[in-house]
Amino acid sequence: MSADPNTTADDPNDPDTTTNAFASDGGANGSDAGGNRTSENRTSENRANENQAGDFLGRLFDRDITVILAVIGGIYFAYLITGLALGFEVRGLINVIARLTFLIGVFSMLALALNLHWGYTGLFNIGIAGFMAVGMYTMAMVSKPASTGGAAGVSGLGLPIWVGVVAGVAVAALLGLVVALPALRLRADYLAIVTIAMSEIVRFIYMSGQFQEFTVFGAELGTGGGSGLILNYGDPLTELLDFLALAGPYGGLVDLVGTIIPSNPKPVVDQFAYSALLMIAVAGFYWLLKRTGESPFGRVLKAIREDEDATGSLGKNTDLFKIKSFMLGCALMGLGGILWYMGQGALTPLSFKPKLTFFIWIALIIGGAGSNTGSVIGGAVFAAVLFEGPLYFRNLVVRVFPVGNAPNTFGEAFAALSTLDVVPLIAFTLDNMATLRLVIMGVVLVWIIQNRPEGLMGHRTEVASSIDLRRRPESRGTESTPRAAADGGTRDE
Amino acid sequence: MGIADTYSEGRRFVIDRPLALVVGLFGVLLIVDFVGGLATGRIAVSAVATLVWDGLMQGLVVGLAGIGLSMTYSILSFANFAHGDYITSGAFSGWAVTYLLAGLGRADIGSLLLVGAGGSVFGGALGIGATQTPIAIVGGLVIAGLFTVVLALAIDRLVYKPMRDQSGISLLIASVGVAFALRYLIAFVFTTENRGVTGAGGVPEIQGYLLDGFVAVSAHDATLLVIAVGLMAGVHGLLQRTKLGTAMRAMADNEDLAKVTGIPTERVVNATWVIGGALTGIAGYMFVLWKGTLGFNDGWLLLLLVFAAVILGGIGSVYGAILGGLIIGLTNSLSVLWIPSDFARAAAFLVMILVLLFRPEGLFSGRSTA
Repeated sequence: MSADPNTTADDPNDPDTTTNAFASDGGANGSDAGGNRTSENRTSENRANENQAGDFLGRLFDRDITVILAVIGGIYFAYLITGLALGFEVRGLINVIARLTFLIGVFSMLALALNLHWGYTGLFNIGIAGFMAVGMYTMAMVSKPASTGGAAGVSGLGLPIWVGVVAGVAVAALLGLVVALPALRLRADYLAIVTIAMSEIVRFIYMSGQFQEFTVFGAELGTGGGSGLILNYGDPLTELLDFLALAGPYGGLVDLVGTIIPSNPKPVVDQFAYSALLMIAVAGFYWLLKRTGESPFGRVLKAIREDEDATGSLGKNTDLFKIKSFMLGCALMGLGGILWYMGQGALTPLSFKPKLTFFIWIALIIGGAGSNTGSVIGGAVFAAVLFEGPLYFRNLVVRVFPVGNAPNTFGEAFAALSTLDVVPLIAFTLDNMATLRLVIMGVVLVWIIQNRPEGLMGHRTEVASSIDLRRRPESRGTESTPRAAADGGTRDE
Repeated sequence: MGIADTYSEGRRFVIDRPLALVVGLFGVLLIVDFVGGLATGRIAVSAVATLVWDGLMQGLVVGLAGIGLSMTYSILSFANFAHGDYITSGAFSGWAVTYLLAGLGRADIGSLLLVGAGGSVFGGALGIGATQTPIAIVGGLVIAGLFTVVLALAIDRLVYKPMRDQSGISLLIASVGVAFALRYLIAFVFTTENRGVTGAGGVPEIQGYLLDGFVAVSAHDATLLVIAVGLMAGVHGLLQRTKLGTAMRAMADNEDLAKVTGIPTERVVNATWVIGGALTGIAGYMFVLWKGTLGFNDGWLLLLLVFAAVILGGIGSVYGAILGGLIIGLTNSLSVLWIPSDFARAAAFLVMILVLLFRPEGLFSGRSTA
């Protein structure tokens, strides 16, 4: 892995005054205390570059971007090299990269939104799929044209796509408010159960035939029930290009690609362009959350995560901060859901099972909660290695060693072992890789939480205070001085 | 108490807890509507009785599975999201044995052990049922319990034991990983298809006439009732009358203090997994026997209802889990009197959310593991 956590953790400039959310949850966590002590020893070194705070932040930002780009670049390189070595066609390769970019984009975006909840504020939300569903369904219902029946099914309000997106994000935030108002006072594990129950209730509502079609104030609307909705509004990419008056240059780009891929280049370029736009959206999420995290608002959130009572005693209305943070995160989850599914052509409630929520959790935990950079890297690694990796690996293996038809059941595959024939079992395994990868995800999640609960980005977390508290005046800088606990101590209760 | 006092107290209640008032009024409205419906004949008594019976059966399954979840929740202090997949594991292991015992000689062993994966054997053709093949049922039931015990102990050893000193949230996340691994391993081996497992001819049942219609009780209902009530009573006795129960209560209360007193905490943890695992596996097996179909998602879909029951009853309380299970089961089935059946589960979740908001300590608060 190109993101070696040790290089960052050992850096003397590393601001680890705030301990990681997971590590701090552990109470008397040995490694945590160790980390703090080393940071204290580093203080003397740091005093030298006292007046470089602004410069330091700038370099930190640069380095974070570098790490992210290195990881994503490494992933592309690995996929391209294996693809090229096995002689995939150009079209296939571009498709692979476009799909990979898409997945990295959506998982990074959602992991960033979740990081605001769990990493910054310490809110254990496992209802992500519900907020995504509400965002996407609202968008679809607002933007779908008024239908005359037929294959396109239920009708929508027929408003422009951007109105739909705004409405979807707003409704997701509102649902966040409805959940947050009563639930935020609950313990973390109770909040978890409430949010997952909420996301299931949302899914049941969209599944139900009751709201398949209904009329509000004379406007016909519908969720489509179990069969879902056909997203028969204009193609979002085309609309955006038209809006930006880029349709001409884009057509030129398609023609240019047409020289490499002669037959029908447009879908390939479209998919690629959409994925590239997603990456811009990821950058937007990252910037927004970084700004939020560094703002006074973000510092209160981190303080709440570390010790809610202490924050309250400083006169902060912690409930209000938690509600705002929860709503912002839910709005971003709604937007993430919209960006994920708006270009897919059709929408069904089956896309929003709790499984999806846990995918995003795994991505966040891989990267390391509490770090925006970690969230993006976690999203990228999850998408490339755990989500898409096993399927890509299957395609590669099948290309190199054609194993023939897989047996229908595990029993047949297993029975062949008695004659020392492992091929059927391998073929069966490859054939069911889509199922098996979820087993792999589960095992990886357990492994990470046991061995590296702070994720890939290690103790790389942001400073909670606006000034660096490690730089104290000389007179007080002795070992016996009680350390100002910028991290609110190591306990979380 | 004077009228003024009552008035001011009432006013304070309205101001302090407006949501509670709304929920309370809504509950009263439902009861009035229900009684009115029965009186005017809009709701048939026999239909209600059928729903109540159905809800009781669901409640027994949920309660039985809930005891195990409640025990581990209170003793190890974490919400085990893999519990639903323990239920599924129990069901699959038990039904593999039932298929084997019932179909030996009529189909090949592999297909039987895979519970007819890929349509190789059909449960309907084997004619499995509590009255037709009692030995196969009992065999499956025992294996379901035993297998789940072994599974729970193995997972505890591999996953949870190295994490004993970590927070409940870390353990919860680990349990999500376990749930994924278990569920999709089951899907990998047994396929994702939903299959019917009981005899095609239907289950023998007794019909009783009640005022305005018939209420049916099937042989599988009766089996479930007997086994669930028997096990619940057994566990209750075990925890009330033995040292183990006392040790568990002590541990749930304060683990360090329990250790200092000389309670072998690791052994208590193992005992918890043994009792909880056995009940969970049997609950999974009975659930499948009762509803007649088996799928890899069964336990996961049941899990939130089990959580609802456990929270409703109060974490750590065995009575609470049983009572919570019955309430959740009845909510699930009776809610169709008012709302479309699509939302029956949503209603049960809503009850759980309301309990979390108004009485997060549960109905049987403070009575751990008894």
